[in-house]
Amino acid sequence: MADPVIAQIEDLTFAYGRQPVLHGINLDIPRGKVVAVMGQSGCGKTTLLRIIAAALLPTRGRARVLGQVTSELDRDALYALRRRMGMLYQFGALFTDMTVFDNVAFQMREHTDLPEDAIRDLVLLKLEAVGLRGAAPLLPAALSGGMARRVALARAIALDPELILYDEPFTGLDPIALGVIARLVRQLNDSLGATAVIVTHDVAETLPLVDYVYFMADGRVVAQGTPAEVRRSGVAFVEQFVSGAIDGPVPFHYPAAGYAADLGFGGGA
Amino acid sequence: MRAALVRLGAMVTTTVWRLGYASRFFVYLLAHSGTALRRFRLTVREIYFAGVLSLIIILVSGLFVGMVLGLQGYDTLQRYGSSEALGVLVALSLVRELGPVVAGLLFASRAGSAITAEIGLMKATEQLSAMEMMAVDPIARVVAPRFWGGVLSMPLLAALFSAMGIFGGYLVGVVLIGVDEGAFWSQMQAAVDVRNDILNGVIKSVVFGVAVTLIAVFEGYDSVPTAEGVSRATTRTVVTSSLAILALDFVLTALMFTGGN
Amino acid sequence: MNRSTIDLWVGVFVAIGLGALLFLALKVGNLASFSTAETYRVDARFANIGGLKVRAPVKSAGVVVGRVADIAFDNESYEAVTVLRIDSQYKFPRDTAAKILTSGLLGDQYIGLEAGADARILKDGERLRITQSAVVLENLISQFLFSKAAEGGDAKGGK
Repeated sequence: MADPVIAQIEDLTFAYGRQPVLHGINLDIPRGKVVAVMGQSGCGKTTLLRIIAAALLPTRGRARVLGQVTSELDRDALYALRRRMGMLYQFGALFTDMTVFDNVAFQMREHTDLPEDAIRDLVLLKLEAVGLRGAAPLLPAALSGGMARRVALARAIALDPELILYDEPFTGLDPIALGVIARLVRQLNDSLGATAVIVTHDVAETLPLVDYVYFMADGRVVAQGTPAEVRRSGVAFVEQFVSGAIDGPVPFHYPAAGYAADLGFGGGA
Repeated sequence: MRAALVRLGAMVTTTVWRLGYASRFFVYLLAHSGTALRRFRLTVREIYFAGVLSLIIILVSGLFVGMVLGLQGYDTLQRYGSSEALGVLVALSLVRELGPVVAGLLFASRAGSAITAEIGLMKATEQLSAMEMMAVDPIARVVAPRFWGGVLSMPLLAALFSAMGIFGGYLVGVVLIGVDEGAFWSQMQAAVDVRNDILNGVIKSVVFGVAVTLIAVFEGYDSVPTAEGVSRATTRTVVTSSLAILALDFVLTALMFTGGN
Repeated sequence: MNRSTIDLWVGVFVAIGLGALLFLALKVGNLASFSTAETYRVDARFANIGGLKVRAPVKSAGVVVGRVADIAFDNESYEAVTVLRIDSQYKFPRDTAAKILTSGLLGDQYIGLEAGADARILKDGERLRITQSAVVLENLISQFLFSKAAEGGDAKGGK
């Protein structure tokens, strides 16, 4: 517990096959904090999250998570590591053939020998924390998007993880559900004493919530700091991202040859 | 010309690669079947989905196939004045060939496609990777129970198909047309051998069950995690496993029923 | 779907599935009538066994008393050697005759035993001395044709 850094990425490079996604990333996740990784779609932030979750291994460099280097683990050690983590997927990824109750109870039944009534108490406790104790007997198909996300959150914290990873937790939610999730993320973190990593592009909702922010573009970290520092930093990319301007360091156009040439006017091609 | 050769080469490489991948998958699946067998309730659930839900189509098809065999068989046999041999004809065709093969084909399209679609959808909605993130092996927890559920269901379904078919042949031959009942059963019993015919039929159905279910779980697990990918995987399951059944049937028949008998 | 409902249906399914297997084995096949009983073996040699197959029935007075266990060719006498397994509860005299017969006109071939009059009974491993080969249809027909041809000497244009 002494280690103040719960996850550490050192000089990380990652490529899917020959296509490079991340270049030389250095990043620390301090224990007990809520950290956001922001950037536009396709900048590699979800890949980074999957590397922290040890679902992907670095092509070069190291990812040290909860004191262990992910690329040095065998299957059993990897599974032991994952029991100390929780992950919330973009669309919840609830098991559609189980009730809400069974979804939350899943890990307890798989990983512990707790008697069924103890599991019942624990599950109801977790569901109460996200305000959905009454939805326990429902199937996921009967839930709204926001409710499904909250159930998934209850499932992610079922075994009181030390590190919770959120993959786009705010995407596709109405403002009320979004506010509920945002508050829950903060609350759960403070009450469980866990660390959270949020990967998102929703700047407005995320900045007030988090303790530290990394901005990513094209597979590199371009800015970092507390939300206040980032706002003041004046990095052009961050300015554009926060204000949502159409053109700026991030161009509106995908790189291409001259428009005229593509249309066949330039005499080239 | 060159392009065609390149395509052919690519096809061969992909096929061999997929075969190798499927074999490794199979070995891994067998090695991680402990959960499915120790917590047998997981497998019982899958027997329900693969076996019980296929029951209606198997029983009805079996009955009709048997009735058609009764009609056609009688029509042919009575020309040679040996209509009492109807029982033999119906029983042998069902027990040796039609039972395992037709039940296998129906099983592939009813249960196999459902298994592929279910696993494929679980993959597409990230349920499998969520499970992996919860330190639960999806092959042990999701794939293996479905595999064993299918493997255990298939021989029972094939036996039910044959029994129902023989009953259908009896209905048409004895009840409807009026073939002598005693001759129908006694000739059948004299001609059908428990080891050579019935046991071999059961062996066939076990082999088909393994093949169909393995193809179904593999296609689901290996599907491209999109709506289109899952639907293509489902189609591939039905096509591949039907072809596999027919090809395996030829090989098994050649091994079992030639020479000796 | 409720757990116990699933269990119930799976139970029903397995029960009727096994029932179907049992039906096939007992009612359709011949498991009930044979196979576990004690047997003794007897050899018989034939000049021609026709279409006789392994596991063909051995009958006496129309009752199945055993099965053909093995068929081989003796390279010295150029005869077919058949091994019969006969149910121990049936005893036959040593001079019993074995014939290869056909059930119906085109049916399967089987071995028919006709009891002799000897006082001593057949023991395990002994040989049936009196045998009669299968009637081969082609031979019969060609005999018939030859005799016809001999009768009607010059009537070849008519056919």
